[in-house]
Amino acid sequence: MMERIDIHPTHSYGEFKLRCGKPFPFGATIVPGGINFSIFSSYATSCTLVLFKKRAAEPMVEIPFPEEFRIGNVYCMVVFDLDYENLDYGYRMDGPNNFQQGHWFDKSKILMDPYAKIIGGRDVWGQQPDWSDRYHHRARIAFDDFDWENDRPLEIPPEDLIIYEMHVRSFTRHKSSGVKESHRGTFAGINEKIPYLKELGVNAVELMPVYEFDEWENSRQNPETGETLFNYWGYSTVGFFAPKAGYAATGKLGMQVDELKNTVKALHKSGIEVILDVVFNHTAEGNERGPYISFRGIDNKTYYMLTPEGYYYNFSGCGNTLNCNNPVVRNIVLDCLRYWASEYHIDGFRFDLASILGRDPWGAPLANPPLLEALAFDPILAKCKLIAEAWDAGGLYQVGSFPAFGRWAEWNGKYRDGIRKFIKGDGTVGDMAQRLQGSPDLYAWSGRSPATSINFITAHDGFTLMDMVSYDGKHNEANGENNNDGSNDNDSWNCGWEGPTDDPGINTLRYRQIENAIALLLVSQGVPMILMGDEMGRTKQGNNNTYCHDNQLNWLDWTLLEKNADLFAFVKNCIAFRKAHPVLRNRYHFQNRDYVGSGYADITWHGTQAWNADWSPSSSTLAFMLCGKHAKEGTVPDNYIYVAMNVHWEAHWFETPGLPPGMQWYVFANTGASPKEASWEPGTEPLLENQPGLLVGDRSVVILVGK
Amino acid sequence: MDINIKTVEEVKVVELIGDVDANTAPTVQQQVLPLAEPGSKIIMDMTQVPYMSSAGLRMLLSMYRQTEAKKGKLVLVGLSEELKDTMSVTGFLDFFTTCETFEQGLQTVNS
Repeated sequence: MMERIDIHPTHSYGEFKLRCGKPFPFGATIVPGGINFSIFSSYATSCTLVLFKKRAAEPMVEIPFPEEFRIGNVYCMVVFDLDYENLDYGYRMDGPNNFQQGHWFDKSKILMDPYAKIIGGRDVWGQQPDWSDRYHHRARIAFDDFDWENDRPLEIPPEDLIIYEMHVRSFTRHKSSGVKESHRGTFAGINEKIPYLKELGVNAVELMPVYEFDEWENSRQNPETGETLFNYWGYSTVGFFAPKAGYAATGKLGMQVDELKNTVKALHKSGIEVILDVVFNHTAEGNERGPYISFRGIDNKTYYMLTPEGYYYNFSGCGNTLNCNNPVVRNIVLDCLRYWASEYHIDGFRFDLASILGRDPWGAPLANPPLLEALAFDPILAKCKLIAEAWDAGGLYQVGSFPAFGRWAEWNGKYRDGIRKFIKGDGTVGDMAQRLQGSPDLYAWSGRSPATSINFITAHDGFTLMDMVSYDGKHNEANGENNNDGSNDNDSWNCGWEGPTDDPGINTLRYRQIENAIALLLVSQGVPMILMGDEMGRTKQGNNNTYCHDNQLNWLDWTLLEKNADLFAFVKNCIAFRKAHPVLRNRYHFQNRDYVGSGYADITWHGTQAWNADWSPSSSTLAFMLCGKHAKEGTVPDNYIYVAMNVHWEAHWFETPGLPPGMQWYVFANTGASPKEASWEPGTEPLLENQPGLLVGDRSVVILVGK
Repeated sequence: MDINIKTVEEVKVVELIGDVDANTAPTVQQQVLPLAEPGSKIIMDMTQVPYMSSAGLRMLLSMYRQTEAKKGKLVLVGLSEELKDTMSVTGFLDFFTTCETFEQGLQTVNS
């Protein structure tokens, strides 16, 4: 093989051999003989590469980029013969320092590469950092030759997804997880628990932020217990290209990249997609008083939205706002997602406070945001799920109107609110009907599919399902903010007593309400998302904003699985039921007519009387039937499904709609029955004793299958 | 890093002594790669390797790929628990046949 001619140095600096680098790709890349360093800044006047031996306090060398190594605004240089496994690198940037004009250059600071693929400094979760260190978040070099064998993203059709929202550390940190001690709370821990996820039946996990963040950001003591409060959830990005080192059992060895990739590969082998919760709305640099980590010292005016006076806009509620529709920042976001999709085989992304991504550099919402459009049409991201949290902390609420370009799905906040209200008796059947159908009122008019609607009742923000039925109000005292943080709009109901109780009546009702919620979630058109632990009755003791707790409030207690075995069986059966019935997972909205000649419309509405739903505002009963012959627009055979909902405090007799000749109704679920008989494994459903009708208990849901 | 290579009943036995990292992996690769001949049987004795870095593990995987391409066999023996754990969670272990002792390794590579 011919040797490349650019492997020979042309310059030297002390003992270091150099050559003009290539601007692409940005970041630090292993090239024959050395490392290609490339970084851009629109306003810097000079740049210096700072190299450390791994973890060393003082740099081993600082190499100024020769002027002839600059191409446009990009400084690029190859440094030869580096021991790159034992290397930390950073930059110093010189340039104007003028607050009003938005420039924060300070060459006394050592800055992390925004394209760093590994970031050291917080290698082991919770290990107290050396606060005197002048370079906290250290860019390192990553290998990119993981052996994926035949793996690639799974490309499960969106409407077939069942998402499990989880936090990497919380999932297996508790000793009851049964995971090997050194793997608790890590990517490796998830890997060990794949059999559990398979048993549950979900086919996608959505990981709360895994980009490198600083758990010590804004850390403080809990005034009551003295315990350290962390930036535990990690919604504050230090670097967009690096996985959280502290989430890897091998983080201390710098092998987090391989560990996460191996976890993704293993999940894929089990038919489970990986969706990342990504935070592009702000960074960990905070407001005017925040630290210099990277962006601020490299190109403040480019990376952040600034007021005319030079202050940070705060649409994120976290001190600053990433300037996403600046063309340079737009590209870094695109580069980042392409990197995760191609290098880590990530199947989809959920964008935290995504409405910010649709604001212009002055904060005004754009009609056709170039960033959202670029992501929607990108060839590498073409099959990735793109999911928006379609609101931000600056008052923009775009559920139903997020600029979708035919691609974007949305966390449907209206689904959450509608179901919560309905099951506690405060909602309306009219609203409920929309939510059950994939919210056509929000999406059908603009041609967006039911799978646009990510249906969820609970998520990391807010109560768990158990807390939703156990608390009227939030109890966030442990956060040390006088219970002022967290949402006040919980639409929750404690069923008669605030918090845990021994009252069997209340506990029975709570269980039933949880089962009602799960049952409705899994028979709704759209994409269901389940919050980690809800399948086993997880509680956070009424705290609806546990972002700062590295303790039992967040760690999943796996002993609940035994304690609430019936609930787990119920959730598992409901998931299996959804998977067994394509009619619950339609690609297009219902047409409310019979277009296959079955004699039944695709969806029909009923009440206590068949064919006659009570649509009055005070109605507390509703039922619907799905015609199996219309499953997936009539392309696959399926059974008929009938769902009866009674949110009244008294039982009601529901007349069942008649089935085609030869078919009979079987009972898949009845939340009013005893816990052991509340649901059945699909295929084992008992015959409905009295075919023409049934008694639906107070606050109960019944699901029948006609075959 | 010391590398001892000997032949036991047509099996090439490579004994590594010391850490395998970006500094030493290229040397190991240089000396061991020529052993990967069509149908060759190789045992790598890792008993005296306390630590392997990312680069070290990549060298091993590369060895495996080359041996496999030539229809040969590669067996690792004597991996420490810690090394095995690292290889397991990063996915490297999946590719290899491993044995506790040299004797088991010999049996396996000859089977």
